[in-house]
Amino acid sequence: MTDIWSYLTQGPLLWLTLTLAAFAVADAISRAAGRSPLANPVMLSVVVLGTLLWASSTPYPVYFEGAQFVHFLLGPATVALALPIRDNLRHVGRAALPLAAALIAGSATAAVTAVGIGWAMGLDGEILASLAPKSATAPVAIGISETIGGLPTLTAVLVLLTGMIGAITVTPMMNGLGITDWRARGFAVGVAAHGIGTARAFQVNPVAGAFAGLGMGLNAIATAFIAPWALGLFE
Amino acid sequence: MIHALLLLLACQLVGEVTSRALGLPLPGPVLGMLLMLGILVTVPKASALMRPVAGFILANLSLLFVPAGVGVVAYLGVLRQDGLAILLAVALSTVAAIVVGALAFTAVARMTGNSE
Repeated sequence: MTDIWSYLTQGPLLWLTLTLAAFAVADAISRAAGRSPLANPVMLSVVVLGTLLWASSTPYPVYFEGAQFVHFLLGPATVALALPIRDNLRHVGRAALPLAAALIAGSATAAVTAVGIGWAMGLDGEILASLAPKSATAPVAIGISETIGGLPTLTAVLVLLTGMIGAITVTPMMNGLGITDWRARGFAVGVAAHGIGTARAFQVNPVAGAFAGLGMGLNAIATAFIAPWALGLFE
Repeated sequence: MIHALLLLLACQLVGEVTSRALGLPLPGPVLGMLLMLGILVTVPKASALMRPVAGFILANLSLLFVPAGVGVVAYLGVLRQDGLAILLAVALSTVAAIVVGALAFTAVARMTGNSE
């Protein structure tokens, strides 16, 4: 038994399998819950896997050894977002002005309020710099955080947290505000909550998903300029 | 299938190399996405080629965030000290950004006669 366990802990097979299994279960729960925002499959999977790591005293790097194959696909997935954007290019061209307004307003709000609230609550400079780019997609946010003096690992965590909060809150909020335009709903969550928000938008509506992917891509560019500026306001 | 995967990875590879070589603030995959978009617009056949693979990956997009997400749990100890302030900053700013972004979109769409 010990032999089998030591074999399993040395290769990527165990944690790769458990990552897919946890997600399969989480996705089934999310489906059974009628895609309720509270049954977010990313959050459910993270809770299950985090508990397993804790219970088996497995360090995160050992887990990541196996899970890295899934993690790697984030890059190709970002490239693949070009297809839904291509499919909706007609809508995009027509909506250039609303898109520009929503990008600047959403991106600036995300960075300025994050740094502002953190500053008001007494967080120090490194943590404020880690907060500023957190609405951008993970690889971009980490790069920007490094450039402006933040902690890249903390930024990675904040990016994930942002995505989960966005994915959970967007549908009830938009319904509450009576916003029915799928383009606005998708684009806003893509700008504010990157890929996890985009994944949520695809669950709800294909047009919202395409606009969310566009919002995520454009905010990756905008955040490179807006995050240093927002941080500068409070230093 | 292989051709679609190859094109996907090649776009990302060109994006990564370009981003690093020119020292651009944009990460490789985002440049790769712009390159792929250029290909899809100029080569009409490319959309049909990419659809099965891109559709499969995007239909399971949530799964890809799980490994990084588990990192959140691993760093919970670090977050304990400033946890409340950080959580408030992240939660309120995300909610505010979604609301402001969506309202800005609908307001300008209405002004420019672009409502749907």
